[in-house]
Amino acid sequence: MEPIIRVTDLGKKYIIRHSRRSRYETLRDTLASRAKRLLAMADAPKREEFWALRDISFEVRPGDKLGIIGRNGAGKTTLLKILSRITEPSEGRAEICGRVASLLEVGTGFHPELTGRENIFLNGAILGMRHREIVRKFDEIVAFAEVEQFLDTPVKRYSSGMYVRLAFAVAAHLEPEILLIDEVLAVGDAEFQKKCLGKMGEVAGQGRTILFVSHNMGAIANLCPRTIWLEKGEIAFAGSSHEAITKYIARGAEAQGEAIWTDVETAPGNENVRLKAVRIKSAGGVTADVLIDREIEIEIDYWNLKPGQSLYTGVQVRDKLNSIVFVSVNWPSANLSRDEWAGKPLPKGLFRSTCRIPANFFNNESFSIDVGITNARDEWQDINGNGVISFVVHETGEMKKEYAKGWAGVIRPKLAWSTNLLNEDG
Amino acid sequence: MSSPKESLLVIEAGSGRRQFLKDLWEYRELFLFLSWRDILVRYKQAVLGVLWSVLRPLLTIVIFTLVFGRLAKLPSQGVPYAILVFAAMLPWQLFASSLSESSNSLLGNANLISKIYFPRLIIPVSSIMASLLDFLISLALLLGLTAWYHCLPDGRILFVPIFLLLALLLALGCGFWFSALNVKYRDFRYIVPFIVQFGLYISPVGFSSGIIPGRWRLLYSLNPLAGIIDGFRWSLLRGRAEVYWPGFWLSLLLVLLIFVSGLIYFRRTERYFADII
Repeated sequence: MEPIIRVTDLGKKYIIRHSRRSRYETLRDTLASRAKRLLAMADAPKREEFWALRDISFEVRPGDKLGIIGRNGAGKTTLLKILSRITEPSEGRAEICGRVASLLEVGTGFHPELTGRENIFLNGAILGMRHREIVRKFDEIVAFAEVEQFLDTPVKRYSSGMYVRLAFAVAAHLEPEILLIDEVLAVGDAEFQKKCLGKMGEVAGQGRTILFVSHNMGAIANLCPRTIWLEKGEIAFAGSSHEAITKYIARGAEAQGEAIWTDVETAPGNENVRLKAVRIKSAGGVTADVLIDREIEIEIDYWNLKPGQSLYTGVQVRDKLNSIVFVSVNWPSANLSRDEWAGKPLPKGLFRSTCRIPANFFNNESFSIDVGITNARDEWQDINGNGVISFVVHETGEMKKEYAKGWAGVIRPKLAWSTNLLNEDG
Repeated sequence: MSSPKESLLVIEAGSGRRQFLKDLWEYRELFLFLSWRDILVRYKQAVLGVLWSVLRPLLTIVIFTLVFGRLAKLPSQGVPYAILVFAAMLPWQLFASSLSESSNSLLGNANLISKIYFPRLIIPVSSIMASLLDFLISLALLLGLTAWYHCLPDGRILFVPIFLLLALLLALGCGFWFSALNVKYRDFRYIVPFIVQFGLYISPVGFSSGIIPGRWRLLYSLNPLAGIIDGFRWSLLRGRAEVYWPGFWLSLLLVLLIFVSGLIYFRRTERYFADII
């Protein structure tokens, strides 16, 4: 069978100007810098080439479901943007044989002043649907979004849940040969996400070709047999999803999972204490990708610069919405084990505090960590430790033998349960 | 997009330019929907709705008639001064509001541009459709006013579409320039309101261009709106306002120059829009 998408040596280059102060150019700045250069007061602004994508080649056959994984900035979204013609490649080519629809973000083009009905037509047209196609599917879209009573209400009065449901419903009823999806499932409540995943599976079952970008390894593994792993704009691995995900997570262990400041002069902190390193350890290695059924250790290395002071170390774990999941400090009464240096006068030197979080505690989500150090007078030191490090908890299926679907909540502790028969009735 | 089994789409550097005309045709429905959206939103947002689009030029006409007609006693070429001003207000208002709308249109639709592909030209062009509707409403109003004053236009009114087209081309040409420049230089938008305010006084809106001394007429026609406004007056006021032909041809030439150069500049920069917007 002929491939439906053939990508050959595709590359996208951006030019970064270092002199730029803000994100946007202004005419005033441009004129001023031209004038300065004319008067030889300043050098030409430094321009640096940056390849967001380079040497990308792959083929997709009709009906294939291809996953695309990689860190933020690896070029996943750029690749989809090129394939959906939003931006042009700088080199190479892509050949596409079929109608392409992209769901780079649901709700694109929704206008708050317009009613639900009007927005369905507008959004459908923006996503590339013909008018008669929208008319044909109108009832189906409304039923899927569950907004029947609010069809003639401006969407600015919708709750965010209704808004997202309507937006996804329009997008889900597109009928392209090729569907490009970028993280659309990261919206809505758990109930609706399930419905979306179901719809995606249905779409996939209809023999449509799908390119699916996600950080949700579980969704990728479920939906796509094959996956491309992008790393710094290049293909690091292409093959079976299982292999790609395993390699990607293993590689993550080398690259991330610690923040280090080697210079004691410039490390975050003050004249009393400075941070040296914060790292996440799990399954015997430093990693930002931890498995749900393994213990996690947070290690905090710091220099004590003032002999004789006593210090306590704490962590604050936040979820992806930046809400605090919990706080823990090695105050003796709050410590499950014994910490021999906590609260004792410390000699000048390098210390390491370790906090252990049990296995089967977090849900499979991403978390970030704030680090804090305080003295005996409860004066928190200015170590700029917020969000120093983050990690992702990955599903292994350990607790899902009976209930395989998604679990609600940011934590998923494995707790002790027992049931007793109290009174046998007949 | 049209047929299920269609020809091969090739994406490479510069490919967007070659498929331009084909794409414009394929995305015609999107153009209609965006125009429809702009009109709908405009009339929903303003409390007074349609009334406001009529009231604004009417008030300006009253002021101009009082200041230039009554106080300054400028010549009115044998028609009621209000009609003289109204006939000029039509193209001026069309130009001014089209220019304001279209020059902000790309930034206003930044989320569309960075998320969806379509020919970018659709955005500034569809943004002026609401202004065109205002124009038609005002035109009907003018006809009513001429009936009231017993000076209904004669057959020359058939030439209005030609001058209307010129006004649209001028507004679009400027709109292409400013919308594209607005994407690149974010401080460009401060220039447009200035042009609009300034233009009202240097264009023959409140007065007849006949009061410009003959030797300055050609120079005055460097403002392409002068020729267009003269044309409107000529076709709506039974030819009583003379068209100064050398000036008109100069205006025509300038309009075409601005439109074509704007189009070229827009087409040359549009492939970067998604990257920098």
